[in-house]
Amino acid sequence: MTDPIKVFLVDDHGLFRAGVRAELERGAAGDPPLEIVGEAGSVDEAVAGIGHRKPDVVLLDVHMPDGGGAAVLARVRKTQPDVVFLALSVSDAAEDVIAVIRGGARGYVTKTISARELGDAVRRVRVGDAVFSPRLAGFVLDAFSDRPGAAPAVDPELDLLTKRERDVLRLLARGYAYKEIAGELFISVKTVETHVSSVLRKTQLSNRYELSRWASDRRLV
Amino acid sequence: MRPPTRAPLARRRSGRLVAGVAGGVADHLGVDVLWVRAAFVALAAVNGMGVIAYGLLWVFVRQESADVTREVSAKERQQAIGLAALGVGIGLVGAALQNQVIGWIVGPLGVAAVGAAVVWREADEAQRRRWTTGARTGILGGGRNAVLRLVAGGVFVAAGILVFLLGNLNLGQIQFGVLAVVATIVGIGVLTVPWWVRLARDFGEERRERIVTEERAEIAAHLHDSVLQTLALIQKQSHDPREVQRLARGQERELRHWLYGPQGYGRSTPALDESLATALQTTAAEVEDTYAITVNPVIVGDRPLDDSLRALVLASREAMVNAAKHAQVEEVSVYAEVEPDEVNVFVKDRGKGFDPEAVPGDRHGLADSVLGRMDRHGGTVRLRSTPGEGTEVHLAITLSQEEST
Repeated sequence: MTDPIKVFLVDDHGLFRAGVRAELERGAAGDPPLEIVGEAGSVDEAVAGIGHRKPDVVLLDVHMPDGGGAAVLARVRKTQPDVVFLALSVSDAAEDVIAVIRGGARGYVTKTISARELGDAVRRVRVGDAVFSPRLAGFVLDAFSDRPGAAPAVDPELDLLTKRERDVLRLLARGYAYKEIAGELFISVKTVETHVSSVLRKTQLSNRYELSRWASDRRLV
Repeated sequence: MRPPTRAPLARRRSGRLVAGVAGGVADHLGVDVLWVRAAFVALAAVNGMGVIAYGLLWVFVRQESADVTREVSAKERQQAIGLAALGVGIGLVGAALQNQVIGWIVGPLGVAAVGAAVVWREADEAQRRRWTTGARTGILGGGRNAVLRLVAGGVFVAAGILVFLLGNLNLGQIQFGVLAVVATIVGIGVLTVPWWVRLARDFGEERRERIVTEERAEIAAHLHDSVLQTLALIQKQSHDPREVQRLARGQERELRHWLYGPQGYGRSTPALDESLATALQTTAAEVEDTYAITVNPVIVGDRPLDDSLRALVLASREAMVNAAKHAQVEEVSVYAEVEPDEVNVFVKDRGKGFDPEAVPGDRHGLADSVLGRMDRHGGTVRLRSTPGEGTEVHLAITLSQEEST
């Protein structure tokens, strides 16, 4: 029996933390359990708490006073690069989404997500996968699209998506689950995961103008 | 990397010798104050540039607002006095060498400058009192000594200008009279510089406050008209979960649009007025409101609406409505992608699905509205549905070359 995944909640709304905690601890029947090891309502509390509790996954609110999720990402990732972050937000503005992904989060979900999907997302980022909501997939496709007049790619390895990656992203944006994407493209679920992780890496590291603009709007790079 | 942050330029209020200008510049540039003072003295030797620069900085740079306590050590004071003496020495040498400008500065204009400095310093003190006590005492709130200093400063300025005039001009009576008037005006102008500056700043501050207040009022009005009203409605309708969901979702969408939308509060560049993206979003919102479901449109790329794209939007709407009516789901995904030569829209639900072959002939929604519309504009419809797993409608329109430019 594996140990339950240790989850840490960061959100400045106490009510929301209580709700997520209740949902995740209750869990769905048959799913491996999640353990909430701590929560924090501010950037400083979060940095101290994560250092102390050593969680596997941090659920991170994007908008908080004192710099928000970006500040937590910047400070924790320096000392604890193993902690995985899943961003949770009410906003689905492109600059927010892209900025936390480039800040080091492995996924982005909106707060209206169901408890079951949130649990799945936590488990998925824990084992190293990326979690792309349809909207995030749309933004990434948009950012990597070849518009006429756009600057040519500087580093093709990072600045261009392969055709396969595009196909996977399109299906994600259409609302397909990994399993359905695998069936649609005649590849294994594992391969789908590999493609998504690769897209995540490119989103984080690429120098494409759209991506760095979105991120610099939130003062992350 | 961002450059290291600099202290904003502000004159020191403590640990100053004249007006805190040199100290403020040193804090801003991150160098020792002695160098700044030396630079001012050195520049003073160049036709008095240092004195003018110092005066201008005094007028236009604000005092720091925080009360920081600094001590002026005896050594620092000695160094400063030494520098000042050096400056006067350079001036005297310059005057001896018949440099006209330096001669004026060491002579009558120097006296006027000292007078102005005394008055300006008094104005600084008055401002400080105003900050610490919050009282609008004006310049004359500092007691008898302050009045004496002001009068003395005024006399110095007047005397300096007068001597300058008498010593350097050799004119007839009329010209002398005109120049005397001009000189008086200049003198009054110099003496009242602190008041003018304060007036201008107060005005600027007032304007800024007014803008902030207006902004706040706009936000408050918006929240009142939208969010508060919806919350009141939700409380009234709390027995009906479907209605509550519809209200909450509608309000969420509206607020989101206001905050992040194309013409939203946080945006500076408005999006295309009549574009495919906005049309699809509006359509999705209508379907949400009418059928109390969630429609999540994800749109990549955009282009202005034309006839065929309008048909595409209407067909997409029909597909969404079908999903809302028949699929028995709470959520429908819509994905649209604009490519240079074609536009694809996918409407997908995870509802009960159906067998496309077994659709009864009297259900014309899909056939007429979707297929017919798309056919007329050279588009295609692909339908994929599995009972128990859901339905996906794929609408595609090829853009003709001249349209896509």
